Amino acid sequence: MERKYINRHSLMNCLKKVQADGVSLYAPVARGEQTDFRFITSVDEISFGHIQTTRSAKAVVFPCTEKLFSYKKEKNDVKLRDYDADELPDILVFGIHPCDAVGFGPLAGIFNWDTQDKPYNERRKRITLISLACNRADEYCFCTSVGGGPGNTEGSDIQLTPVKEDGYLVEIITDKGNEWYEKYGSFFENAAEDIRKEDYLVEIPVKFDMEDIIRKVSGVFENDTWRLQSERCIGCGACAFVCPTCACFDIQEDAHGKTGNRIRCWDSCGFALFTLHTSGHNPRPKQSQRWRQRIMHKFSYMPERLSVVGCTGCGRCSRACPVDMNLSDNLKMLNLL
Amino acid sequence: MNDIISQARSLLENKTVDIFIGYEKGTRGPRPAFISKSEDADKLIFDESCSGNLAVYLTRKDLTEGKKVGISASYYALKNLALLFDECQLKEENLRVIAFSGNGDLKLLQSAEEIKQHVEGMPAPVNPAVEEQIRKIEAMTLSERWAFWTEELSRCFKCYACRWACPMCYCTKCIVEVNRPQWVQPWAGTLTNIEWQINRVMHMAGRCSECGACGAACPLGIPIYLLNKRMADQVKENFGKPGEEGNVLSTFKPDDKENFIV
Repeated sequence: MERKYINRHSLMNCLKKVQADGVSLYAPVARGEQTDFRFITSVDEISFGHIQTTRSAKAVVFPCTEKLFSYKKEKNDVKLRDYDADELPDILVFGIHPCDAVGFGPLAGIFNWDTQDKPYNERRKRITLISLACNRADEYCFCTSVGGGPGNTEGSDIQLTPVKEDGYLVEIITDKGNEWYEKYGSFFENAAEDIRKEDYLVEIPVKFDMEDIIRKVSGVFENDTWRLQSERCIGCGACAFVCPTCACFDIQEDAHGKTGNRIRCWDSCGFALFTLHTSGHNPRPKQSQRWRQRIMHKFSYMPERLSVVGCTGCGRCSRACPVDMNLSDNLKMLNLL
Repeated sequence: MNDIISQARSLLENKTVDIFIGYEKGTRGPRPAFISKSEDADKLIFDESCSGNLAVYLTRKDLTEGKKVGISASYYALKNLALLFDECQLKEENLRVIAFSGNGDLKLLQSAEEIKQHVEGMPAPVNPAVEEQIRKIEAMTLSERWAFWTEELSRCFKCYACRWACPMCYCTKCIVEVNRPQWVQPWAGTLTNIEWQINRVMHMAGRCSECGACGAACPLGIPIYLLNKRMADQVKENFGKPGEEGNVLSTFKPDDKENFIV
């Protein structure tokens, strides 16, 4: 892995150049008390001061609402217009934390499990990820409990670690990162050999034993813990929608007489409607069953089927929850079963 | 503090209630707690910081159906209990309510009438920030207002935390989920988000306790409670307080004023 150094001024100039080259920039932007990812017009909009954005960066590959195809009915025929990937821009995702970069792994697993999902893959291949290692965290962060860490490079093409007031240690991680570096190398300097990345990372305590949970959780399907944990859950989709790996979706019809669009939009296994059959039967009629599904999917089904844990420890679900369903607290309880 | 613990414990020990819904210490503030064993009542807290509206759980059938329920109720939760009684959603014999009385002591309320009288006598919490925000929006031109709400609601991703946090959103099938016909397009998008919130606020006409739970629940910080607050103010201005005859949404009188409709 190649190491470089860049100061804030050069970094901003570099990002300006990227933008001038026609690449869209997707980055965290502060708005009131919150910070969130969006496409930016000026690099001055980028937030560096936040601990965590409200939403993850997943919308950049899995938009909240996406047109899959459109159709037009003509006499006895239906004309289909397939998903149009040609219009998709090249995107630089800048300033995500390692917990978000690693989240693209589980998403790739879900969207390529059976059918290779065209919209996901077409978007993903146009994206370069530059992450920012963490020198701050809060009590909701638990990346170190799920195999990650504040300087975890997995998933990032390039990672920056803030090492001085205005400078970053740069690690070039993937081939894509290298290609990107080849193009913008002039903005970077060589890194001093004595910079130790780990000296600049925040310490995040391990809160639970993940391996124990993965081993245990499939054997406790029928357990009163699910009910006890979920009693206060109000069944909204806030946790799922801010999560970097939740990928439940619904398919809807945007019909206008003889023309229309097929739409894919975010959904949540926490919603009662999610599993409601046309017959009226609902295999998960209770919130406790839906809560169990959420945990099982992330810590049993995904490790089993996709060899990846469906949680990156970003803590967003716990911050977003209106009733404080603190995920790491609840996972700790599972260790005690 | 001890008081809520002993009161809840005695309700549970005497089997007056099967479950007590209160608050416990959470990550950064109080959070809802469900206590079904008297020995677990120790973790209960109830003070001014306990402002989350617990009334939302009373219409959740998978939690409370067929059970006698005790609940610690803040000012707005009491208002919601009164509204839910008016809408025949609660049974007096299944509910015991613990509320603050004027001198800071706790009071046990056992009937709809007691709850209504008690909340009438309580001073409504003031929220100058909300009043200020409403004044700011009122001062805007129509196009500025449209721009304000379009920008705010364009961020909504339809997690429905606003709906699920609301004690008055107890429909088993919400209008956004009706698909024959599909009244509101269910995916997130600026226009469909606006449609959803307009629908919601219309369904709250005369039914909103003004607790602000919808806004507090929104993970994106969209100030949707301003819509409900403004609607509540307009309803009071034009129709007075809801009375025995029902609320503005569900009643019709030939002589209802229509002069405020644009």
